[in-house]
Amino acid sequence: MTAKHWIRAEPQGLYVEPADCWIDPSRPVDTALVTHGHADHARGGHGCTMATPETLAVMDLRYGTDGRARPVAYGEDVMLAGKVRATFHPAGHVLGSAQILLEHAGERVLVTGDYKRRPDPTCRPFAVTPCDIFITEATFGLPVFRHPPTGLEIDRLRETSKAHPDRAVLVGAYALGKAQRIIAELRQSGHDAPIFLHGALERMCRLYEELGVPLGDLRPVADTAKDEMAGRIVLCPPSALNDRWSRRLPDPITAMASGWMRIRQRARQRNVELPLIISDHADWDELTATIEEVDPAECWITHGREDGLLRWCALHQRRARALALVGFEDEDD
Amino acid sequence: MERFAALLDALVYTRRRTEKLALLADYLRETADPDRGWSLAALTGGLDFPAVKSSTVRNLLMERVDPVLFQLSRDYVGDTAETASLLWPGTDNPSPPSVSEAVEALGRMTRNSVRHDLAALLDRLDVSGRFALLKLATGALRIGISARLAKVAFAQAFGVSVDEIEEYWHGIEPPYAALFDWAARGAPPPRCDDQPVFRPFMLAHPLEETELDLKEFAAEWKWDGIRVQLVHVAGATRLYSRSGDDISVSFPEIAEALPFPAVLDGELLVRGSHQGGESGGAASFNALQQRLGRKTVPRKLLAEAPAFLRVYDLLMIDGDDVRPLPWVERRNRLEAIMDRLDSGRFDLSELIGATRFEDLDQLRAAGRDNAIEGIMLKRRDSPYVAGRRTGLWYKWKRDPLLVDCVLMYAQRGSGKRSSFYSDFTFGCWDGDPGEGAELLPVGKAYFGFTDEELKWLDSHVRRHTVNRFGPVRETDRSLVFEVAFDSVHRSKRHKSGLAMRFPRINRIRTDKPAHEADRLEALQALVVD
Ligand SMILES: [Zn+2]
Repeated sequence: MTAKHWIRAEPQGLYVEPADCWIDPSRPVDTALVTHGHADHARGGHGCTMATPETLAVMDLRYGTDGRARPVAYGEDVMLAGKVRATFHPAGHVLGSAQILLEHAGERVLVTGDYKRRPDPTCRPFAVTPCDIFITEATFGLPVFRHPPTGLEIDRLRETSKAHPDRAVLVGAYALGKAQRIIAELRQSGHDAPIFLHGALERMCRLYEELGVPLGDLRPVADTAKDEMAGRIVLCPPSALNDRWSRRLPDPITAMASGWMRIRQRARQRNVELPLIISDHADWDELTATIEEVDPAECWITHGREDGLLRWCALHQRRARALALVGFEDEDD
Repeated sequence: MERFAALLDALVYTRRRTEKLALLADYLRETADPDRGWSLAALTGGLDFPAVKSSTVRNLLMERVDPVLFQLSRDYVGDTAETASLLWPGTDNPSPPSVSEAVEALGRMTRNSVRHDLAALLDRLDVSGRFALLKLATGALRIGISARLAKVAFAQAFGVSVDEIEEYWHGIEPPYAALFDWAARGAPPPRCDDQPVFRPFMLAHPLEETELDLKEFAAEWKWDGIRVQLVHVAGATRLYSRSGDDISVSFPEIAEALPFPAVLDGELLVRGSHQGGESGGAASFNALQQRLGRKTVPRKLLAEAPAFLRVYDLLMIDGDDVRPLPWVERRNRLEAIMDRLDSGRFDLSELIGATRFEDLDQLRAAGRDNAIEGIMLKRRDSPYVAGRRTGLWYKWKRDPLLVDCVLMYAQRGSGKRSSFYSDFTFGCWDGDPGEGAELLPVGKAYFGFTDEELKWLDSHVRRHTVNRFGPVRETDRSLVFEVAFDSVHRSKRHKSGLAMRFPRINRIRTDKPAHEADRLEALQALVVD
């Protein structure tokens, strides 16, 4: 049945045939439905982009406006061509992230994009949505990936900073979502001190605030004297961690917030001294629990460690297959 | 166990030596006996639990986790102990054993009991604890801590000298109760004069711009072999390398040749005529290298490359520790025992007869053939003391060889240097650069420059990158280094067929165009073997 199904995986994305539209396509198309603003899901250049208002705002910031933008609110009914109904539901991944539910000919297909299940002060929580076909990511689709409680990791970050009043703690964090979540989690834990930002994070943080996510006292590293950042927390994109840029900070302690930090060797390879296991993707337990909870007739598994999740489905007598999509990278997530 | 697990985690992610030392010292000071002793043993590679192997751990996991998921995870993580620590079904109420409790339990395990007993221990721990336990149990910590660093940390923790620790180290067993009693509680030091253990070497400072009075200092050649200690105590003989590793099995002919109680300090060499000609009697370092690291030595190799010991000093003789005696006294006793030794296996390091320093300087300059490394100067009244003491022994290396090379590749350093391109690979021309010759790499160096120069080099690399391969950048081959090195040898590992010993960046020659850098022939002419 899958070969003739009305949704199918093409190398450049998921194609919804009756509506002639694509979900998270990796190349410019006429009509794209976009789950969230991360670069491997949201690309510029489409004729018409349907996404949540927040995702559209992120895309606008990143690519500028080109083509038509069609904002779709969570829960809003949208009739596409070919009698395909689409609704967007919160995915709990980053601000504006959505699972896209497509209904056609009495069948419900849920495309989750990326998602997580634990609380995130910067976005709406994942909504469990019943469906027949559940299309899931598998970024952390191996049982070694079990993220510890976020609060513990935030505590470690604050303790390290407190223990080194003469040094900055430099946290590498993905520019969309992770950086703002770290800031919001710090604020929630009572950290009111100024937090310093690499230039590449400033605009996105400002956008989050405009969209109603308060982030407190943020200051650009560029305008700050070196010694003012001693004892402070500084955020930068992961690529800047070991770069020359970091020399302007007082003797920085290198931290990185990512689910990959669970693996010691991954952290060491990046010269990370303080690995923080904080991810915007579901860990193994969240992935498997979500499949049980949604309880679909079939699972389609996309980017990540598909082998592990496929094996789990087989062990639990669940129908599953892996979709070969290209263009998805392991984010620094 | 929690504290030890936290220490391992912190050490894994700490790059700076001073911080590693501080972490270790705090742990050793603050942890109770005998836990800290067992931990020290784990850190110095002194624990072995034959019943627990990597395969044991794997089999244990396969019983609890789907084998396919285990294998996928193991392939991804790359380390069995870490994979197992992450996959082991966790507990909500850990009741971790102490390090001693864990070590005792591991020591009692047999091939039959290990499945049950190791599982019982793992059930009591959290993720970090399981990682620490499995690392401890399988004996391969691999967290970048050398035994020496652990001992330096011990010295720092209790304000004792690391030389003294080295002196006692080889005579004590985990959990080193006597060592902690001495260092932490002021008890008398541990005894080790009745065992064939390694005694720490006396080392020399480099001689820099000083003239020494040869009435006070004796001079001898510094031979290019490996410094060793031959120990015969309590009926057993052992040959130790400079780091204290027992290398007796690689050189059985030496270990068998000392028939009476003594401890000798000397240079291990192979018979030949490269060093000092026929009378020098020693082959080049390359000839010795083929004998190193062997568990068994083929008879053919024993005949072709027989080893011998060129004796420098005497530490013990017939049960007497003569280290406190002045060098002259020890030398007299050493000379007196030479005829009790097989002259095929032992000879005495000759003293250089110069009486004026200028003469010595001339001998040194001419000495590239005579003694490849240079000259040793030893205070005639110096006792034999562990480590490097100012004013007692000096090594006076002959001037380094110099060659002009072109920078080809640069790689980021580690630790404090991780944001700098600080490891440099350089090459020489394989012909006339005007006729299309190519550069072939001849060596790699990561020191010899100042911090200021490093900044400059880093920015040069960034501005002149033509290619990137992971952490490595290829440069446009425009910068010339004057490279200093001690000697150059033939090598099959490098495309240029040459390998330098101790290369370092001597000068950055911004004044010299790349095509004027040296050709391979210049280096080939300096090969001594
Ligand atoms: Zn994403």
